[in-house]
Amino acid sequence: MLKGKGIPIFITFLVGMIMIISFFIPHKPFGDIEKISLNWYSIIAGFTMLLGVDSLIGMHFRKLKRKDENWFFSLVLILGFTATVVVGIIETVRFGTAFDDKSYFTYIYNYFIVPLQSTMFSLLAFFIASAAYRAFRARNFDATLLLITAIIVMLGRVPLGEQISPYLPKFTEWIMQVPQMAAKRGIGLGISLGALGVSIRIILGIERSYLS
Amino acid sequence: MGTTIGIWIAAGLTLFIYSFLYKDNPFYKFAEHLYVGITAGYWIIYTWAYVIQPMLLDPMIKNKQFILIIPAFFGIIMLTRWFPQISWLSRWSIAFTVGMGAGLGVTGAIQGFILPQVQATLVPLTGFNFETFNNLLIIFGVLTTLIYFYFSKEQKGVLRWGSKIGITFIMVAFGASFGYTVMARISLLIGRIYFLLSDWLKVLR
Amino acid sequence: MNFFIKLSKIDRRFIYLFIALVVVLPLIFKPKFPVVVSKPVQDVYDYIEKLPEGSNVLISIDYDAASMPEQQPFLEALLRQLFKNKLKPILIVQWQLGAPLGTMGLEKIAKEMGAVYGVDYINLGYRPGYVAQMVGIGKEIRDYFKVDYKNILLDSFPMMKNVHNYNDIALLVGLEAGSTYLAWIEYAGGRFKQKIALALNAVSAPDAYYFYQSGQIVGLVGGMKGAAEYEVLVDKPDLAVAGMASQSYSHLVIILFIVLGNIAYFIEKGMKNKEGGK
Repeated sequence: MLKGKGIPIFITFLVGMIMIISFFIPHKPFGDIEKISLNWYSIIAGFTMLLGVDSLIGMHFRKLKRKDENWFFSLVLILGFTATVVVGIIETVRFGTAFDDKSYFTYIYNYFIVPLQSTMFSLLAFFIASAAYRAFRARNFDATLLLITAIIVMLGRVPLGEQISPYLPKFTEWIMQVPQMAAKRGIGLGISLGALGVSIRIILGIERSYLS
Repeated sequence: MGTTIGIWIAAGLTLFIYSFLYKDNPFYKFAEHLYVGITAGYWIIYTWAYVIQPMLLDPMIKNKQFILIIPAFFGIIMLTRWFPQISWLSRWSIAFTVGMGAGLGVTGAIQGFILPQVQATLVPLTGFNFETFNNLLIIFGVLTTLIYFYFSKEQKGVLRWGSKIGITFIMVAFGASFGYTVMARISLLIGRIYFLLSDWLKVLR
Repeated sequence: MNFFIKLSKIDRRFIYLFIALVVVLPLIFKPKFPVVVSKPVQDVYDYIEKLPEGSNVLISIDYDAASMPEQQPFLEALLRQLFKNKLKPILIVQWQLGAPLGTMGLEKIAKEMGAVYGVDYINLGYRPGYVAQMVGIGKEIRDYFKVDYKNILLDSFPMMKNVHNYNDIALLVGLEAGSTYLAWIEYAGGRFKQKIALALNAVSAPDAYYFYQSGQIVGLVGGMKGAAEYEVLVDKPDLAVAGMASQSYSHLVIILFIVLGNIAYFIEKGMKNKEGGK
């Protein structure tokens, strides 16, 4: 019985209902129950981070053990991981927090994580330029409309547009605030209504895919 | 001294990653794996410093809030996913977080999204001026976009036309998003190149 | 005619090289471009200008190094305005990998403006479970942040003595790289009527315009361009303004790419139609 889905479905229902009831009746005892549940949620959510880390490190350990083709890079990953954790522990002891400005943990952040992460994402600039060149075609009316809007916005949102004509940024702002805003709101409302439906189905135990 | 070495390391790693633009190579792979490893290590220290210590250990030890054993228990059984025999336990914590998300989601979506957004679409259509024209476009755009997404099965008559107008608005929106995406990506590149030219090569003043 | 078709099949590395050049050259030669302030950005600035001295402004760091060039310049410009107007920033973090960026910006500008930690500003760091936290702060911020980012008790700081929940916060400014801002709007805004201003990455900025029209946010700063506008407003042009020439020219080049690509496409299509007609 313990292993079944009964208990989890009951927990979901209970917690979900507490949140809804305490929204409408924020007084005792619901207000306090809500407050405690929120705090607990925050703590439990903190643990989810560890889940991802473990499966990642586990996977690369196995690769290393099997001496897979790219085992060297798995070693790099594991060494990077270990070094960061060790430095973090040492600096926590030394400064009381690893996040002190003078700690080597902060050093790792500044000179490893920042350049690696930001460069990784900046690669997308090259890819989007190349994609625009190769794939962005005015095949039909809809595609042409998309293309023209994109070009107007690209010009109107940079200072160069202002130099071409002061009306260009104004027109761009109008596009952003009227037609594009209307469509995005339509899409947003659709998503929100959908999410509302899913939330209700989850609380009522109809939607259970998260338990599989 | 430490800063100078740091900048050279950062510049080296930046170039390792850019080497991918020529073709995939060991330098890129090295940087990529190093990034993932370091980030994972960072998360561990983070979880300790900002979750376990201030939200669990300190309140339990300093303030004797032993009730926190319950969320700690739920947090720990989340990790039973690693052990197949008892992995069913992790469903309890998932159920807690999902239930919480769903409960908050219901009230949040209605009060914070759907109601204010519908209200903001009910704009006045009085007077014969540019504002009325814009308001008309807003109402039309929202409605036809909804029609496009919600009545896409069988479209006849008014619905067919509504959906056709809807797709026009959607294309304008996607075009704007594309323009903004280009802008975002280029900004990131500017940031990196600025670092290389300024902090590393000291070409910029 | 064939020239365009050949050109459209050029090795992608030439395109990469070209993009790199249009970013590098303007940074070196610094052509001047006027940065004109748009209304959504002006609205954020004006709202803050009208806040009474001593008001608390909650800043949420919801980005990381991946969007540093878009968000960091705005953070610095915003902090300059806050300290100048004797407003008190309270920094919190929802994206754990961004926390040191927030600290870096805060410490840099605080030092520049002579602000004192714990009196004029404070840094609370990160806590998990963002939605729960956003609702929870509506009751008592200490339920989540009993201590600051260095584990020091909140009550030991003079500026936090009377700060308990959203009632004590004049404005929330979210610096957003993803969709965390939706939760701020739905919970802090919807439920607790907290006034919110947003700085969004350009990728997500278009999606937030309807919150601007509905009045759920007081204003909106989009991407590096928005940050450049803010730098102009606080009268301290910095990194974002410096990037605007590169931004302008790269957009122009990408537009050129699109046009060339389409010319080739239509020529090819025309040739195929002709062959089909024969």
